Amino acid sequence: MENITLQETENLKWFKACNIEDIPADGGACVKYKDLQIAIFHFARRGKWFATQNLCPHRFQMALSRGMLGEVDGEPKLACPFHKKTFSLETGKCLDDEEYLIETYPVKIEAGAVYIEIEQ
Amino acid sequence: MVGHKFCEKLLAKDIKNEFEIIVFGEETHRAYDRVHLTEYFSGKSVEDLSLSAPDWYASNQIKLYLDDAVIEIDKFKRVITSAGGIELTYDFLVLATGSAAFVPTVPGTDKFGVFVYRTIDDLELITSFAYKAKKAAVIGGGLLGLEAAKAMMDLDLETHVVEFADRLMPRQLDESGSEFLKSKLEHLGIKVHLHKNTSSISGKEKVDGLEFKDNSQLEVDMVVISAGIKPRDELAKECGLRTGPRGGIIVNNKLQTSDPCIYAIGECALFQGMIYGLVAPGYEMADIVASQLTGTDKEFTDFDMSTKLKLLGVDVASFGDAMGMDNECKTVVFEDKIRGIYKRLNVSMDGKFLLGGILVGDASAYNMLLQTYKNSMLLPSDIEEIFMKVDRTNGNKNAGAGVSALPDSALICSCESVSKGAICCAVKDYGITDLNGIKKVTKAGTGCGGCIPMVKDIINEALKQQGKSVKTIICAHFEYSRQELFDLIKVHAIKTFDEALDKFGQGAGCEVCKPALASILASAWNDFILKQATIQDTNDRYLANIQKGGTYSVVPRIPAGEITPEKLIVIGQIAQKYNLYCKITGGQRIDMFGAHIHELPYIWEELIAAGFESGHAYGKSVRTVKSCVGSTWCRFGLHDSVGFAIEIENRYKGLRSPHKLKSAVSGCVRECAEAQSKDFGLIATEKGWNLFVCGNGGSKPQHAQLLASDIDEKLCIKYIDRFLMFYIKTAEPLTRTSTWLNKLEGGIEYLKEVIVDDSLSIGEKLEQEMQLLIDAYQCEWKETVNNPEIRKRFSHFVNSSEPDPTIKFREERGQKLPEDWKIAVDG
Repeated sequence: MENITLQETENLKWFKACNIEDIPADGGACVKYKDLQIAIFHFARRGKWFATQNLCPHRFQMALSRGMLGEVDGEPKLACPFHKKTFSLETGKCLDDEEYLIETYPVKIEAGAVYIEIEQ
Repeated sequence: MVGHKFCEKLLAKDIKNEFEIIVFGEETHRAYDRVHLTEYFSGKSVEDLSLSAPDWYASNQIKLYLDDAVIEIDKFKRVITSAGGIELTYDFLVLATGSAAFVPTVPGTDKFGVFVYRTIDDLELITSFAYKAKKAAVIGGGLLGLEAAKAMMDLDLETHVVEFADRLMPRQLDESGSEFLKSKLEHLGIKVHLHKNTSSISGKEKVDGLEFKDNSQLEVDMVVISAGIKPRDELAKECGLRTGPRGGIIVNNKLQTSDPCIYAIGECALFQGMIYGLVAPGYEMADIVASQLTGTDKEFTDFDMSTKLKLLGVDVASFGDAMGMDNECKTVVFEDKIRGIYKRLNVSMDGKFLLGGILVGDASAYNMLLQTYKNSMLLPSDIEEIFMKVDRTNGNKNAGAGVSALPDSALICSCESVSKGAICCAVKDYGITDLNGIKKVTKAGTGCGGCIPMVKDIINEALKQQGKSVKTIICAHFEYSRQELFDLIKVHAIKTFDEALDKFGQGAGCEVCKPALASILASAWNDFILKQATIQDTNDRYLANIQKGGTYSVVPRIPAGEITPEKLIVIGQIAQKYNLYCKITGGQRIDMFGAHIHELPYIWEELIAAGFESGHAYGKSVRTVKSCVGSTWCRFGLHDSVGFAIEIENRYKGLRSPHKLKSAVSGCVRECAEAQSKDFGLIATEKGWNLFVCGNGGSKPQHAQLLASDIDEKLCIKYIDRFLMFYIKTAEPLTRTSTWLNKLEGGIEYLKEVIVDDSLSIGEKLEQEMQLLIDAYQCEWKETVNNPEIRKRFSHFVNSSEPDPTIKFREERGQKLPEDWKIAVDG
């Protein structure tokens, strides 16, 4: 398995990941950036976009993009399809087990395209 | 049972751990529940009936010798000797030897085909013989005799009950009560012969009939003697303990025998000239001896012999001075010959107190009446209004309205001596909210179970007093039960999750309510589920089962497990082409593992072209209808189980429900398809089919229960339609039919009323709703492969067509397997 943890550097860049219609409303999909897999989510009910790593840290499965979106006390979250571990889409913290943390990425929408800010 | 109870009580009271307990049992089984022995015939196993887990004795440091009776007591040396040659000294000896069936001295009781009805071994003998018999007579029309009669009915025999007295259950019922019970039993097909004194059992080696003193005869090929009990006092007699002239070990009010170191409890003990043949006084005796041994002085006084039972579905109860023989009293009688209900109450001459009574046909008021009698509660002046009214809606309402009037000291569970106060206390102090919790903490309701409706009422009352409402809601986003939401969605014609959330919910939903709503919407309209792909649970979203590594498995429908060689070849070719691991499933079909997400539509395109349909292995929906080979090939088969299973599977395929549904059809009683472990199952009989429901394998196996017997195929379908729809509409999310039934108030009897008797008058509506769903069925994979927009979603990346590069396989036994997943060691 590749190490996909990103390090903070000053060399950041917006990467055009896909078009907005590629991501289902209130769902997610996965994009490939070099050797990296990034899950993008369209939280349509709140009009918000999120991006996280695609790897679920619980059993190391490339599956988060196929997970289910939800909300707990107003905090947007994601449930992994394998064992329903849930993660905050804002902080990346696992809400059931504080051992786990996932990477989150800034997202912006421009002219119908989805951009993710990523290290070069 | 009483011996086991004694061990429990002594363990609980022996805080200082002073006692070493050694148990000898004559039977090969651990102590089991004799009260519910007849349930052995309706499918309960010895293990189900057992009163303890297999390791219970060992884990409590009790030495248990089974199949090893004590054969000698030397009360001077305080030594016992067992049949197996074990010699042990004792400080105290407790005889809980129980009773044997009383066999009257009539010629012919030794003939082949004559049985007693007492132990599991007896039942096993009866069952194996009944296979060849057609007509059975039960000698004895008392409580045990009628239990035995039920067993004969369950074994599909023509059943005759022969009673010496002029009425049934002479100890509990008066003549009118017996008349009502008799006509109920006759209605069920049992032939009752009263006032018949059996003079001999005829036949050469094997029984062929009964002969009576009045010179009449009855032709039968099997006889079960259930004419009373005989205390097992032979051991006591031999060692010189005092016994009664008609049997029974004489005990004082401390339950000591004539040797103060030896106690006798239960049905072998004779107290003030009386044998107490019920479980509750036996348990009381166990408690008293355990108290004596641990230093508390507690004495046995006469015990209330009130009983309530359901005999062949007929309520029978008697309490207090049932016949009005012991007291001067006035009698109030209610009779309803149409419905077969008889009630008699004996009231003190001043009309203030209840002294006893009899209930036949409807005993819903029993608990309340018993409490009124036991606690000497003042009777209201309009006694008929309150106690005689037939409650048409819910048998427990009478009791429910009244529990608040009971004092805290009122004894609710007499088997376990649990008072109302103790139950309320458990609710208030331990935060218990349901029956199971109460059973665990107080043991109330774990004996005969007769008090359970009352216990439930007391729990609810106690919860209400604390201001707690008793309601299950879906999650924080929908404050409704699933049943309420289902109704709302149907009534308001809601078709999408968003509409439902806007109208009845709050927030943005979550991984609990989304799949729950998806299931409700699918059960309500049977729309194509991928129209709302993102509310579907993992597997439903991609119409396949996600497996380790993130690949999917594919299960085409193979109705009833019947498949042509051509179709088998296609499956083989597809598996070869896409390099899929193959395995036969438990439901008689073929599972192909290891498909990449983007391959799924291509695989299905080929499967559909060969005539396959989705198998819905991924859904909370009807999975398979397993079948045995049936009458077409099998030399034992009675009907075509494969043909019927195919019809059923095709009828309900794609039906979505609160949880998965499994079914099976067996062509004869050998039950090769294991229909009794399924949510609904059919077993062929000579006359038609027996329909079983709410069985389960899995982690909590549960035998299915008989819903209807000897019905034709059309009626089977009708009842299954109603049953499934009723379940779909009322179950909580992710609740299998077995759990649903366990929680259903009134259990299988209530379910029978709703499905078979149509007591709620919803049968036709349920059938119509089912027909709508069946008519709306479409193979969802066919829709998927033909819809380019939806097909596009079957790709690992949206910006690349390559598959997930991290998926890796290894090889074993000639097939590919996924790499085992890593488990994070330190997070």
